[in-house]
Amino acid sequence: MNDRIRQAIQDHARLPVDVATLADDQDLYTAGMTSHASVNVMLALEDAFDIEFPDRMLKRSVFESIAAISAALTELQPELAA
Amino acid sequence: MTIEVDRDQALLASVRTVAREIAGPNADDVDRSARFPVETIDALREERALSAFVPAELGGGGVSFETLAQCCFELGHHCAASAMVFAMHQIQVVTIVRHLDSGSWFERYLGELAAEQRLIASVTSEVGTGGDMGRSIAAVTPADDGGSSFEKQAPTVSYGEYADDLFTTLRRSPEAEPGDQVVALTRRGQNELKATGTWDVLGMRGTCSPGYVVRSTFPGEQVLGTPFSRVAAESMVPVSHILWSHLWLGIAEDAFDRARAFARAAAKRKPGEPLPVAQRLSRVMSELSLLRAEVDSALRYFLVASAEPGRERLSTLAAALRFNNLKIAASEHAADICRGALDVSGIMGFKNDTPFSVGRHLRDAMSGALMIANERIHETNAGLLLIAKEV
Repeated sequence: MNDRIRQAIQDHARLPVDVATLADDQDLYTAGMTSHASVNVMLALEDAFDIEFPDRMLKRSVFESIAAISAALTELQPELAA
Repeated sequence: MTIEVDRDQALLASVRTVAREIAGPNADDVDRSARFPVETIDALREERALSAFVPAELGGGGVSFETLAQCCFELGHHCAASAMVFAMHQIQVVTIVRHLDSGSWFERYLGELAAEQRLIASVTSEVGTGGDMGRSIAAVTPADDGGSSFEKQAPTVSYGEYADDLFTTLRRSPEAEPGDQVVALTRRGQNELKATGTWDVLGMRGTCSPGYVVRSTFPGEQVLGTPFSRVAAESMVPVSHILWSHLWLGIAEDAFDRARAFARAAAKRKPGEPLPVAQRLSRVMSELSLLRAEVDSALRYFLVASAEPGRERLSTLAAALRFNNLKIAASEHAADICRGALDVSGIMGFKNDTPFSVGRHLRDAMSGALMIANERIHETNAGLLLIAKEV
């Protein structure tokens, strides 16, 4: 799952660094993801995993790291973690 | 509880008196001369209004946010520039209070703010960021003495020359990305401001907001512990939009009152005859009703969400949309209502020296669309609308 998350970040977060260099718990915003870019990451994740993030999840802390995104996706679709 | 209500009522009564007896009578001169409303701000200091939101245990007034918003409305009714200075100061105070770590430098600072009635200005916009407050170029930079320093090119600093202290957004360090921001609160004596422009503008002339190069050297403890991204979402953005909207509503209410006074005078001159201006007034009234409802509903949303544990809801995209919409609607409607009032009173409203004059109101209200440009907010909303669910 994390590979697919990394792909969405690579394609849409417009980070100044290669996503491969980021640890799972590294702060994506501190790494340079803007709020504008984060919206595109959210859209890409909804498409890639065929899910919809509810409003309560659409906030900075849920998208601040690969680990946080992975936890949110697992909550929405427990079978993804399997 | 009773004590708190009394405090709130007492502050509101004294701010109302300052608005009516000092801000109002000086409003035309403040506007014409584009001068800082010094007598109004001094009178607010006398009433200890600058520390109204500081908790009582730190020496402040301990009033509710709702009362503060009402004060902005009352001042806006009489002098928009005074109201804007008051509102902008309170935005910084509310932000600091809501993100206060106990035992921090900021706690001691709030005590001094209350004792000395210090006025805070904000340095949030920056040349080169395209109006995006969520990005900074200037950074907290280690200074030779072990402290910190910064130099920021600010396109506008409202009442910068008259403020005691500055609330400045900066990158966390010289290596940090533009969005990795913190807030520094620096004091008179630590700051050096060099004006880079003038302030001869259409409206809100009394806010005296030219551009400056701001330099400061200060101890590191004067940087707020909470990152600006969180401070902005939970406090600064909603609080700004709510307090601004209240004062814009105040401007619109006064323009409406003047138009209504004109229509009543016309009716008395020709009793019983059809009165087209009264129908125009009715149209303005319906727009004013919508504005009142929008401003009040956003305030309620904020109060409820602020009372929830962790204020989680305020950091959602849905909340960002809510307050962006308030800002756009209130700034546009307030100006439309002033324009509508002018349609009612015609030449008597167009002239600057009649009891029905609304030129200043219209010009002041027009500044709303530029304070964080509505076009930029629409651009942000365009993205948020694609992902937020219940809007």
